[in-house]
Amino acid sequence: MSLSPYVPIIGLFALAAFFALFSVAAARFAGPRRYNRAKLEAYECGIEPSPQPVGGGRFPIKFYLTAMLFIVFDIEIIFLYPWAVSFDMLGLFGFVEMVLFIVAVFVAYAYVWRRGGLDWD
Amino acid sequence: MDLKLPDIDYAALAPILVLFGASLVGVLVEAFIPRKRRHLTQLVLGLLALTGALVAVVLNAQDRVVTAGGAVAVDGPTLFLQGAIVVLAGMALMLIGERSVQRGGAFVAHAAVTVGSPEDQRQAADEGGATEVYPLTLFAVSGMLLFVAANDLLTMFIALEAFSLPLYLLCALARRRRLLSQESALKYFLLGSYASAFFLFGMALVYGFTVGAGGTGSGGGVDFGTIRTAVTDSAASEVLLFAGLALLSIGLLFKIAAAPFHVWTPDVYQGAPTPITGFMAACTKVAAFGGLLRVLHVAFSGASWDFTPVLGAIAVLTMLVGAILAVTQTDIKRLLAYSSVANAGYLLVGALVLSKDGLSSTMFYLVAYGFTVLAAFGVVTLVRDADGEATHLSRWAGLGRRSPLYAGLFTFLLLAFAGIPLTSGFTSKFAVFGAALDAGQSWLVIAGVLTSMILAFPYLRVVVMMWLSEPGESTPTVSLPGGLTAAALMIGVVATLVLGVAPAPLLDLANGAAEFVR
Repeated sequence: MSLSPYVPIIGLFALAAFFALFSVAAARFAGPRRYNRAKLEAYECGIEPSPQPVGGGRFPIKFYLTAMLFIVFDIEIIFLYPWAVSFDMLGLFGFVEMVLFIVAVFVAYAYVWRRGGLDWD
Repeated sequence: MDLKLPDIDYAALAPILVLFGASLVGVLVEAFIPRKRRHLTQLVLGLLALTGALVAVVLNAQDRVVTAGGAVAVDGPTLFLQGAIVVLAGMALMLIGERSVQRGGAFVAHAAVTVGSPEDQRQAADEGGATEVYPLTLFAVSGMLLFVAANDLLTMFIALEAFSLPLYLLCALARRRRLLSQESALKYFLLGSYASAFFLFGMALVYGFTVGAGGTGSGGGVDFGTIRTAVTDSAASEVLLFAGLALLSIGLLFKIAAAPFHVWTPDVYQGAPTPITGFMAACTKVAAFGGLLRVLHVAFSGASWDFTPVLGAIAVLTMLVGAILAVTQTDIKRLLAYSSVANAGYLLVGALVLSKDGLSSTMFYLVAYGFTVLAAFGVVTLVRDADGEATHLSRWAGLGRRSPLYAGLFTFLLLAFAGIPLTSGFTSKFAVFGAALDAGQSWLVIAGVLTSMILAFPYLRVVVMMWLSEPGESTPTVSLPGGLTAAALMIGVVATLVLGVAPAPLLDLANGAAEFVR
C-alpha cells in the first residue's frame, strides 16, 4: 500500500497546525490588550452567562426522567431503522424478533406510565 | 440478497430466557400490582423463576452445543456454572427478601429522596423497601448466565453490561447509611464503565489481530473459534494479540476483583446493602471467572506460555494485597471484601492451569466459596443495634457470650475461609493447589499457602474477639432471623460442611463438566 493518498491529508494537517500556531502567536504580538469585566466572565456563546444556581445546582428530577425516557425510546428507534430497511430479507423471523424486542421496550413504557413518569407535575 | 438466519436452540437458551422473561414480568408487577402486595408477589416470582431456570439447566445437562449463530456455547462448564449461579442467586434472593429483621427490609423505599431530609427520615422509619430490587436482581442473574455461555467477545461484552448495570443500581439502595451506599454505587459505576472501555478496546485490537492473521482477503472475527485459530496458526506480529489480551484481561480482572484492579471492592462491599454484597461476592465472582476461564481456555490457550507469567504475577499480587490489607481492617464487611480479593487470587491460580483438572478444581472452588461467603454475609445482616448493622469489628467483641449459636456459625464460616480441614475451604484450596502443582506452577502454590497463613490471622482475630472478650455495653444483639435468612444461612453452612466432609459428588460433577466445546 503506498502512502501517496495520505500526502494531501498530511499537508492539510501541517497547514492547520501552522494556522493555529500562527493565529495564537500573532494575536499575542499584534492585538491590543484591554481588560474589562466581560472578558473575565465565562464564555457562553456570546449571551449573558446564566447565574450559578443557589445551593449547589439542584434542579427538578423530572428533567432527568425526560432525558432517560428519551434515551430508551431513541435507542428503540435506532434499532428499528435497519430492520425496516431490510424487512423483506429478514422475513417472518425478523418480524417476530422485532415484536419481541418492542414488547420488552413496552414493558419499560408501561412501568414509566404507571409510576407517573409521564406526568409533568 | 438472502440473509442466512442463525440457528437458535431455544431449549439450550431456556435458563437465560426464563430469567429474562421473569424480570420483565417483575417490571410489570411493579407497574400494575398494588404496593402492598408487591413484595410477596415479586419474591415468589423471583424464586419460581430461579427454580425454573435451575430445572432448565438440569434438563440441558447433556447438551454440548454452540447456538445462536455461534454466539452462545452451552457446554459442561456453562451448565455447571449456570447451575451454581442460579442456586447462589436463590440464596441471595432469600437474603434480599428478608423483612422481619428490620422493618421494611434492607432497601430504601425511594432512592431519589435527599439524604437526611425529613422525607428521607419518614420513609426510613415506616416505608417498605423498594421492590424493584427483585427484577433488577433477575436481570443481573440472566446477564450472568449469558456471560458464562458467551462464545464471542461481543456477546460477552453485552452480557457483562447486562449484569453490571443492575448491580450498580442495587448498590445504591441501602436503607441505612445512604451516603455510603450512593458513594459505593457511583464508584462502582465509574470504575466499572472504565473497565468496560478497556475490554472493548482489547476486543478491537484482538479483532485487528485476527484480520492480520488470516492474511489478505479473509475477514477477522471476535468469536472464540476464530481467535483460537488465529492464535495457534498465525505467523503475524503478536503485538496486537498481546495488547488486546492485556486490555481484555483488565476488563475481566476488574470484575473478579484482582489486584491492582481491586480498589473498588472494599468500598462497594461496605456501602452496598449486605444482601447485595453477598450476591456480588458469590454470583458476580462465579460469572466473571466463568467468562475468564472460557476466554483463557478456549480463545487464547495457544498463547498460554506468554500470558501465564503475567497473570501468575497478578495472582500473587492479588493474594498478597488481599491477605495483608485484610489484617488491617476494622470493619467486618471490608474484612470480607479483602478476603474476597485474596480468594480471587487463589481462583486465578486455578484458572491459569489450562487442563481439565485446573478447570474442574476452579469451578469447585467457585461453588464452595459462593456458599460460604453468602452465609457469612447472612450472619452480618443479623448482628445489629438500633442504627442498623453493627459492622465495626470492635462491636463484635463478646458476641460469643451473647449469641453462641450465630457466633458459632460465623466461627465455622471463618474457619472455612481460612481453609481448615473438614470445611469446603480446605477441599477447594487443596484441589486448586493440587492442580497447579501438577501443572508445574509451584511458585503460585507457595505464594498461595504463604498468603493463606497471613490471611488466617484476621479471621482468627475475629474468632478470638467473639469468644474471649466480655460483652460490653456496645455489643450489639443478634436479631432473630426470619425464615428466609435462616434458610439461606442453613443452606450455606450445610453446603460448607458437606463440601468439606464429602466433596466427591460435586468434584465428580465438576470433572464430568470440565470440557469446553470449541
